Amino acid sequence: MQRLPVYSAKAPRTGAFTFKFRLPSAWVLAALLIAMLTLVPVVVVLSSLLTPEREIWAHLVEYQLPQLLTNTFWLVLGVGLGVAIIGVPLAWLTAVCEFPGRKQFSWALLLPLAIPAYVTAFVAIGLLDFTGPVQTLAREWWGPIEFPSIRSRGGVIAVMTLALYPYVYLIARNAFLTQGKHALEVAQSLGLSPTVGFFRVALPMARPWIVGGVMLALMETLADFGTVAVFNYDTFTTAIYKAWFSLFSLQAASQLASLLIVFVLVVLLAEQQTRKRMHYTQTGKHSVQARIQLTGARAWLASGFCLIVLALGFIIPVTQLLLWASEVVEQDLDARYLDFFWHSLALAAIAALLVGAVALLLSYSARQHPGFLLRITARIATIGYALPGAVLAVGIFIPIAWLDNRLVAVGWVQSPLLQGSLVVMLLAYLIRFLAVAHSPIESQMQRITRSVDEAARSLGVSGINLIARVHIPMLSGSLLTAAALVFVDVMKEMPITLMTRPFGWDTLAVRVFEMTAAGEWNRAALPAVALVLAGLVPVLLLTKYRSK
Amino acid sequence: MLLELKHVSQSYAARKVLCDLSFALNTGDIGCLLGPSGCGKTTVLRAIAGFEPITGGEIVLNGERVSAPGFIVPAEKRRIGMVFQDYALFPHLNVAANVGFGLHGLSSVERNKRVEELLQTVGLEGSGQAYPHELSGGQQQRVALARALAPCPNLLLMDEPFSNLDVELRERLSLEVRDILKQQGATAIIVTHDQHEAFAMSDMIGVMHDGEIQQWDKAYNLYHLPESRFVADFVGQGVLLPGKMLNADQVEIELGTLHGEVSGACSSEGLNEVSNNGGEVEVLLRPDDIIHDDASPLLAQVEHKAFRGADILYTLRLPSGNRVLSLVPSHHNHAIGEWIGIRLEVDHVVAFPLIKSAGS
Amino acid sequence: MDKHQSLLRRLSGIFAATAMLSVAMTAFATSEIVVYSARNEQLIKPLFDAYTKETGTTIKFLTDKEGPLLQKLKAEGANTPADILITVDAGNLWQASNLGLLQPVKSKTLLDNVPAHLRDPANQWFGLSVRARTIIYNKDKVKPAALSTYEDLGNPKWKDRLCLRTSKAVYNQSLVAMMINEYGEPKTEKIVKSWVANLATSPLSNDTRAMEAVAAGQCDMTVVNTYYYGALMKKKPKLPLAIFWPNQNTKDSGVHVNISGAGVTRHAKHRADAVKFLEWMSSEKAQNLLADANMEYPVNPKVKTDAEVAAWGEFKQNPINVVKAGELQATAVKLMDRVRYK
Repeated sequence: MQRLPVYSAKAPRTGAFTFKFRLPSAWVLAALLIAMLTLVPVVVVLSSLLTPEREIWAHLVEYQLPQLLTNTFWLVLGVGLGVAIIGVPLAWLTAVCEFPGRKQFSWALLLPLAIPAYVTAFVAIGLLDFTGPVQTLAREWWGPIEFPSIRSRGGVIAVMTLALYPYVYLIARNAFLTQGKHALEVAQSLGLSPTVGFFRVALPMARPWIVGGVMLALMETLADFGTVAVFNYDTFTTAIYKAWFSLFSLQAASQLASLLIVFVLVVLLAEQQTRKRMHYTQTGKHSVQARIQLTGARAWLASGFCLIVLALGFIIPVTQLLLWASEVVEQDLDARYLDFFWHSLALAAIAALLVGAVALLLSYSARQHPGFLLRITARIATIGYALPGAVLAVGIFIPIAWLDNRLVAVGWVQSPLLQGSLVVMLLAYLIRFLAVAHSPIESQMQRITRSVDEAARSLGVSGINLIARVHIPMLSGSLLTAAALVFVDVMKEMPITLMTRPFGWDTLAVRVFEMTAAGEWNRAALPAVALVLAGLVPVLLLTKYRSK
Repeated sequence: MLLELKHVSQSYAARKVLCDLSFALNTGDIGCLLGPSGCGKTTVLRAIAGFEPITGGEIVLNGERVSAPGFIVPAEKRRIGMVFQDYALFPHLNVAANVGFGLHGLSSVERNKRVEELLQTVGLEGSGQAYPHELSGGQQQRVALARALAPCPNLLLMDEPFSNLDVELRERLSLEVRDILKQQGATAIIVTHDQHEAFAMSDMIGVMHDGEIQQWDKAYNLYHLPESRFVADFVGQGVLLPGKMLNADQVEIELGTLHGEVSGACSSEGLNEVSNNGGEVEVLLRPDDIIHDDASPLLAQVEHKAFRGADILYTLRLPSGNRVLSLVPSHHNHAIGEWIGIRLEVDHVVAFPLIKSAGS
Repeated sequence: MDKHQSLLRRLSGIFAATAMLSVAMTAFATSEIVVYSARNEQLIKPLFDAYTKETGTTIKFLTDKEGPLLQKLKAEGANTPADILITVDAGNLWQASNLGLLQPVKSKTLLDNVPAHLRDPANQWFGLSVRARTIIYNKDKVKPAALSTYEDLGNPKWKDRLCLRTSKAVYNQSLVAMMINEYGEPKTEKIVKSWVANLATSPLSNDTRAMEAVAAGQCDMTVVNTYYYGALMKKKPKLPLAIFWPNQNTKDSGVHVNISGAGVTRHAKHRADAVKFLEWMSSEKAQNLLADANMEYPVNPKVKTDAEVAAWGEFKQNPINVVKAGELQATAVKLMDRVRYK
């Protein structure tokens, strides 16, 4: 065999390890460590169960919980169906079909992501309630008319669906785009029409992505307080805040939140169980498929559907926000907005990188060491997304402050080191949004066949190099999706930002809080518009990447 | 000895996948693991590559122990190239980058040179800028081979490398690949379920069944001197006819008495057992052992025939009701039902002790 | 690869720098006071700026909701950087002192400037501005003579004519808490129940919405904090809304008031400076700044109310100490839950 100076001349024994008393690899350790870290606030919250607040519980059970659970049930059901029914067809249409405006819609339909759900909510109520311009005009023209109230179950579900469908849209679209075209062609060769093929092949194949997206939307729904508060629609989370803010019992609030955690965990694990034996590797090449050309009425229906969703989810709310903002722009817009803007962008960008990297690490570790332990670890590590923000914020802050105080007490530091530092803030974002990044990355990771990893290893490339040279490029679409979702979510995030921000680190979301807390919804429009503008950055980046 | 497997076993939980497996391969040789699907051949390959741990025995590469129970040199440290069944090309890299993927510590000039050299070797010069999905299956196969060969691995492993290709391409490519491997002086192991591929490519073949290597031998020997019923059955065509051992080198069957050294399980070591059984054996008859001869007094009736161009493979029914196969030049075209004359021309007598309960 | 690495290096640089920066900031923060404020930035920062200009003392502050702020203070314990806690209601100040997060302040100035019913009897916190919660009605539909008290809003004659903000608003909780203090739980429960029976539409999420509903004719009256009324009328002067001051003829009652107030934290590092700041806040100059910024009423009786606000008329405040609002808040919330006031 000819000798080429190809490998650095190392004896094969270097790097060998014995695994009789096998220490988990560095990857497993890292994944477990991160999971432990993310578990800390959850444990803090769960620890409240040790001392039940009997009196408050008795009150809640008698007067609140039945109604709240019913409300929550319908909300989750409605939003779950809503985001799937809107998100999946939009994803399919823009990924696989061709119709007028498809290219523009495919990125524009992401835009509602940039608007916080509570903002959409106050715009919807501002426009559509009894006192809003729509009903006022209608009364002026036709006299007293009974409208169905926007402040109703249907109203909350509609608004949350419009605000959250992009999770499903984005993730499902990614799935449809990268789905091997062979499977669909097989379906067509078996005599299935594209529509039937969609239901029988493409949809089932995209299931982990769709379920992942819907789960994200539902976890956010469960954790939401802002939107339901605007509608005065009482959910389980309302009870959590009521216990804390009104009944002054963080204890009872944490106990309620614990139930939420347990519930979500059970659902997540059950969902995982149902698909644990399925494998979703890619079949065939994922070149750009020949799109299904829609013509005539079907094309217009497709365009119309996209346009309606876009109008309701973005154009109308933003127009209203712009109108409101224009009223206060002179009075409120000052140089500090540059700071707010910069802080929002910087925090969101760093958090997106950090959370994306950690999600990749989790996903990679689980891939290298398939098994129950790491799978459940990843699940638990992403539970933070289902916790109401303020509860999670406290759950993070209490142990951090405790640690700080210990350090001071021991004399290692003069004054608290961690609290009020960006590190803690980013850690908190990590715990909150790991799920958002993990979901798209994990589902794409499942599509990379094992032999690709093995091919790289047999060529002497492993560990961090394997991630950098193989996984990151192959996952680039998902990584970008994950980063964009985290970016936008961090920008919109309020309770954690408020609680953990260093002095002076006010962001656009903090600004929105200042205005809305004082009930000045119209003045909140200015920072909200700025938030939307900043949120466009990743959406546009994503578009640019996609169009390549 | 480049590669040695010594009593290698592997089991998942209670299930034994590999069982006391031993073979060795010399530098520059092409070995092949041949067997039906599920026989464990891919597991052997993955154990050699370092993707699977073993639970018994040891694997020695270039004199270094690389696998043993509780010990494993990771795949990336073994300098073993691998060509996967699905090729596992990196879809985000073009052909040149795929081929150059495993080239570490080279200047870009050297690297490009090596890549170009490899592409030329596999007949893909000028395709460096293409992306894997733009190539045909056969071309992807070549890229995978070039990529695996690029870093001059100690050993090249190929897992069903041609199974995704059509028959014609498979045959052509298998010869080409053999030439390439020989030209590069590479040592390789190929896993396949296709004996033609195995015969065409390899110097040594191990026939695997149920996690065991039944026979590790040259192609000629596997065909003519199979050591087990399974090998006899799996490699080539043929039938087993009942016979009786007369002595160590004479066996009587209904078509006459065969002379010569008896091999198979009835060779000298197995003889005692056979004798104890009253000498009842089964004798392997290959299609080329039965010669069509119009002058022969032995007659058999044509039951089935398969036209193969130069030859016709006849399935013939003996008066006893047993069937034999005969390969006959195709100008001897006989109709089904016709009685034709045959005679024996057996160079290698292969016999197995009769198993009463089940025939093979 | 190189790109990845240099990006990582740069990022870790940023991390280290910001971490050190924030440490440094806490370490050298000696000539300043630190405020945790639930009062929004735009309503409090002008005062901080004015104080800094006047005294040279810089003020660092963080805004958040009361609940998280209290938990933050509690978790930080002895090492909290905060010297002062500002809230926009008495209930949370009461809760803060309950949790041992505040310390008593002996200051003659504060005792002089802040009336007794608007500060903690144990001097742990002091009201700084008054937020009056009163009745707003539609001038076109209701004669003021027909209105009388909060209780009367449950009168069957107002059936389907009342709008209320949600019971989750702390101001409604303190209103009901003060009624419990006055009438006892059973009677208050009956009153709140009668309000709910009179509702024209389900409770609204904020005061402004409630007033807009009154103006649009969805209902005829509601209960709001006066500064929301002021802000709304400034924006839309033509709305047919007017103020009514209830409970003026009863001896131990009056218009329900809450406070925006402050206390010195138990582990304040700059206690003297903090007290000085609170005293300044109760002074005439600050009082005007504070109250006028949001059309609230000054606590200091010696300070003249802003002309625009004064134009809404004189009224008698409920003389009971606002500490009751805190003490009875949980009771009030449960009571409202029982009568399904959402």
